[in-house]
Amino acid sequence: MSTRHTIAVLVNDQPGVLQRVSGLFGRRGFNIESITVGQSEETGLSRMVIVTVGDEQTLEQIEKQLYKLIDVIKVINLSSNPMVARELALIKVNAEPSERPEIMGVVETFRAAVVDIGSHNLMVQVVGDTTKIDAMIELLKPYGIRELSRTGVTAMIRGNV
Amino acid sequence: MSAQIPEVRSTEQLREKWMKPEVITGSEILLRSLLLEGVECVFGYPGGAVLYIYDAMYGFEDFKHVLTRHEQGAIHAADGYARASGKVGVCIATSGPGATNLVTGIATAYMDSVPLVVITGNVATSLIGTDAFQEADITGITMPITKHSYLVRDVKDLPRIIHEAFHIASTGRKGPVLIDIPKDVSAALTLFEPSSNAVNLRGYNPRMVPNKLQLDKLVQAIQDAERPMILAGGGVIYSGGHEALYEFVKRTEIPITTTLLGLGAFPSGHELWTGMPGMHGTYTSNMAIQESDLLINIGARFDDRVTGNLNGFAPHAKIVHIDIDPAEIGKNVPTDIPIVGDVKTVLEMLNPEVSRADQADAWRAQIQKWKSEQPYRYQDSDTVLKPQWVIEMLNETTKGEAIVTTDVGQHQMWAAQYYKFNQPRSWITSGGLGTMGFGLPSAIGAQMAHPERLVISVNGDGGMQMCSQELAICAINNIPVKIVIINNQVLGMVRQWQELIYDNRYSHIDLEGSPDFVKLAEAYGVKGLRATNKEEARQAWAEALETPGPVVVEFVVSKGENVYPMVTQGSTIDQMLLGDA
Ligand SMILES: Cc1ncc(C[n+]2csc(CCOP(=O)(O)OP(=O)(O)O)c2C)c(N)n1
Repeated sequence: MSTRHTIAVLVNDQPGVLQRVSGLFGRRGFNIESITVGQSEETGLSRMVIVTVGDEQTLEQIEKQLYKLIDVIKVINLSSNPMVARELALIKVNAEPSERPEIMGVVETFRAAVVDIGSHNLMVQVVGDTTKIDAMIELLKPYGIRELSRTGVTAMIRGNV
Repeated sequence: MSAQIPEVRSTEQLREKWMKPEVITGSEILLRSLLLEGVECVFGYPGGAVLYIYDAMYGFEDFKHVLTRHEQGAIHAADGYARASGKVGVCIATSGPGATNLVTGIATAYMDSVPLVVITGNVATSLIGTDAFQEADITGITMPITKHSYLVRDVKDLPRIIHEAFHIASTGRKGPVLIDIPKDVSAALTLFEPSSNAVNLRGYNPRMVPNKLQLDKLVQAIQDAERPMILAGGGVIYSGGHEALYEFVKRTEIPITTTLLGLGAFPSGHELWTGMPGMHGTYTSNMAIQESDLLINIGARFDDRVTGNLNGFAPHAKIVHIDIDPAEIGKNVPTDIPIVGDVKTVLEMLNPEVSRADQADAWRAQIQKWKSEQPYRYQDSDTVLKPQWVIEMLNETTKGEAIVTTDVGQHQMWAAQYYKFNQPRSWITSGGLGTMGFGLPSAIGAQMAHPERLVISVNGDGGMQMCSQELAICAINNIPVKIVIINNQVLGMVRQWQELIYDNRYSHIDLEGSPDFVKLAEAYGVKGLRATNKEEARQAWAEALETPGPVVVEFVVSKGENVYPMVTQGSTIDQMLLGDA
């Protein structure tokens, strides 16, 4: 059964390492729903968080194939644990002055923030898990979304693990 | 004889001569580091981006450099050298077109887990990314077909990188490692301090020793099995585990099939050996796999040419998979007992624990029955030469003791079927990628590794023309390879598929326009012989064996011969076309 998996990959901070990892997914026919990379707690290492969809057997292969890369230090299946997963989106939405109160209502309910105001539009920033951001986008669609940029998921296991 | 590589020197002597702390160029560091790794010969081709390296090699005699006539020749030769010797093969090419000419050879080595260190030049670091003359992103191009790769940006990193590259190439699941060296890095000066620099790679710890619990499960499974079968692959040879495998079979008396790359891992004369499995494997091997209740895969990767249709592969068997690469386990076939570890280590740990399972006697009898009822066979002829007969003759006259390399096609399968291998590293063929053009250069590499042994290169008339320029290397270095051409005037294996699967629609397989191979050989200064019937064949071959240097022997054979048995795509392996012999 295909499900969504979130994996964290600790890699050497080397030129080309993102290409190695994403190339592996492409070549082996694994799907990447989102991928984020940034610094980790240790200098010289980056943390990638990859969201992928597949069955258990595919997930097992993904982990094993990732471990074959010399620059991969550790692979952690986050979604097999209680985890916190967050994504950020910036949404530029059409907003004539008359519609603004309504839009602000949506923004407040989602604990999002307006980070820029133009004469005919607003830029909204929202942070949360993927479903929350999906829902926010759905609600803003009727006003007309001019631009949308999502970061992809970053995530961690809860607690002391 | 100039094919010989320089006398093996002790590391001490080399250290004395070369390994003192000194300010030298990146190019000199490269050469000295190669010596430090025990390199005896490299295959290469110069060009602008590697000129500093070639300059450093001027008059350098501590390893031999073979100038091939095409970079593809260089890398296949390095590959053949590695497969025959068990050491790391090394080749050098310039940037851009030189580097891209290596791609097929890198992929070939990657698919068959062959340890190579591939050195390419690149444009100067300041020009990288500018589409400079002869620039190619070779690390990017080869990322999916290398075990690892490096682009050297600082000459100070070079000694460490070279040492790591050899380590990575030759440990765990072996494979090609690429080192791309920009021109300014090969020219830059730095203090070289040779050290026995231990490798420190946090993300790389191949697991040699298996989990004991899993071993115990296997021991029990062997005791319980009524129809056990071993499927052994190239991993046995690469780990040096052939003796341990022999011991394992001796103790357990489990019948054994060896894959294309596993030929030579187990003596072919042994009564428990059933031949090769899969698409062109023996009836016995395929039936035995399908009927088995325990299938022990030792260092093979369940390639689709072996398994046929996976739905219905070994349907009754409990599957055991022993492999150094954890990613192979469960990749194609669900595994009941996974054992991650070095094949030799695993077998040596298993051997004291196992013994013959008595309830398997009926099974052993069944195997012998299949073997005698359905051996490989063909319809011989006294008017035309049959390719199978030619291979049988090669086998008889050399008592199965030559090193045989092949190209790709029908001749490759006949060589696999009819030549009988008794030692590991005697059979060198492109299995995973199936690379035409591999036959001749790989034989040159194998002969460099074993100047004293008889090396036979078996080629089709098609593939021979993909690297025939390397005949020059045989001539000038007096490399005594016996180059066999099985000339059926067509792209035989393609013809076979078109006949059997595409309804006799023979599309673009006629090799009309091939050179006169005898004259081609002579043009390079190599002796050329031709045979069109059995008597000529015996004579020509005897003459070839008596001739000290390289010889090309062309056997003109019947055109329409097919390789049998054959499992066509989509069939399970017990559904074999057996031919009409
Ligand atoms: C580089 C490359 N191109 C194409 C193929 C596809 N191919 C496989 S076998 C074959 C025919 C080989 O013909 P020949 O060398 O005459 O050998 P034969 O099969 O007749 O023994 C071809 C074209 C290949 N394996 N490698």
